Amino acid sequence: MTAYREVVVRTPLALKILPIVSVATFFIAWEIVVRTGVVPDTMLAAPTTVTQLLFDKFTNVDPDGALLHQHAWVSIQEAFGGYFLALAVGLPLGLAMGWFNVAEGLARPIFEIIRPIPPVAWIPLTIFWFGIGLPGKIFIIWLGGLVPCVINAYVGVKMTNPTLIQMARTYGASDWQIFRQLCIPSALPMVFGALQIALACCWTNLVAAELLAADAGLGFMITMGRRLAMPEMVVLGMFMVGLTGAFIGVIIDRVEKRLLAGIRR
Amino acid sequence: MIECRNVSKTFIQKGSQEVPVLEDVSIDVQANEFVVILGPGQSGKSTLLRIIAGLETPTTGTVILDGEPVTGPGADRGLVFQGYMLFPWKTVLGNVEMGPKLCGLPRDEARDIAMHYIDLVGLNGFEKHYPHQLSGGMKQRVGIARAYANKPRVMLLDEPFGQLDAQTRIFMEQETERIWQTDKRTVLFVTNNTDEALFLADRIVTIEGKLPGRVQRTYTVDLPRPRDLTGKHFLEMRREIIDASVLTL
Repeated sequence: MTAYREVVVRTPLALKILPIVSVATFFIAWEIVVRTGVVPDTMLAAPTTVTQLLFDKFTNVDPDGALLHQHAWVSIQEAFGGYFLALAVGLPLGLAMGWFNVAEGLARPIFEIIRPIPPVAWIPLTIFWFGIGLPGKIFIIWLGGLVPCVINAYVGVKMTNPTLIQMARTYGASDWQIFRQLCIPSALPMVFGALQIALACCWTNLVAAELLAADAGLGFMITMGRRLAMPEMVVLGMFMVGLTGAFIGVIIDRVEKRLLAGIRR
Repeated sequence: MIECRNVSKTFIQKGSQEVPVLEDVSIDVQANEFVVILGPGQSGKSTLLRIIAGLETPTTGTVILDGEPVTGPGADRGLVFQGYMLFPWKTVLGNVEMGPKLCGLPRDEARDIAMHYIDLVGLNGFEKHYPHQLSGGMKQRVGIARAYANKPRVMLLDEPFGQLDAQTRIFMEQETERIWQTDKRTVLFVTNNTDEALFLADRIVTIEGKLPGRVQRTYTVDLPRPRDLTGKHFLEMRREIIDASVLTL
């Protein structure tokens, strides 16, 4: 009797080199299109102009009232505030809805009413309630992140192998023991999926909320760029939104892998 | 020990179509007896085992375990599944000690019991392995150790070796006999394999091959153990059982 070993697969060379070629071509083409005037610079800024503004914005608060990293920091705070609140509420709620009939019966109808309303549609109401400061945006972001958390946790529990549940019953396990020791571990891959999906939802809604109601943040920076007719600031804002989002995504991915590794192997 | 009294089961399919699966099945199993329920696929024999396990309720009739009617699943009956049904995120040890832990035994005691049965099924050295690292035969050893570790009065095995290759299967049958001889339990073993039944059983109950399943005959196998798969008496009984079952197909 021997135990199986796992096999390591290497990435092909083409998949290592071609991405670099593709990204370089994209930026060079973009630069040329703007420099040669094919696209007028009132409609789009060249990458070099955006880079200049990027360095400028680290030291110069004008014309939008804050430094670049201050905008980013405001956005990150809002995003994580809403995100962690969404996890804290959504995951336990979804898990409970997946296993306990009382939780599903009570919470599911309300959830199904709220679910199809895009969080952005709540912005006018939240401006009535909270103004344009931090709490209102956290509320919008929370709503955005809540939906995938609940759905993934719920589906994850529902996907628990029914024969495993029966098996646990023949061992005398109670409902609560089955929920804790079987349903939650079974749902974990879906829950980890929710960490990523919810973050993406939070980030999207954050930008939407900041475009409409804010006095700082990356979305606000984009709006200011439009108002001031500065396409380079719009592009820089977009770029920073993408970069920060991707950066947070990588961190969550790392955390997820670390946690899964601890559970699986 | 176990009495199935006139057990019938009818499933209601979608569109309220009734599918009778078992009809008037009565079986008595004595303490520490090894009874094999032998029947072809789709004969309701797994359903009978699930009724005894308490996972299904009979439409009519009762199952009585030590004088008490069965009303639901419980730790006094250990079920071994065809598909192994191990927790993929738990080690061999974690899977085997699950039952004792669920019963509220302290950690050390649960571990000692688990280690004892891991040893009994011949998996010592593999306690820290995860199910995905094990072969089919080894997985089912874990399944058997896990059922044993709960110290059930009755072991219920539902085609436990159905997914194994022929050689591993014969080996596991020998192991099953050895484990049973070492730590005797009342065993109800469901299979569609005549050799497996004859090799293991004190008594074989054959189930007819068409739904609803009915008890066809009972054979007492009083050959000395361990049995020779090509011995004269073994082959005579094999012919007798196969002849009788072929006629009903």
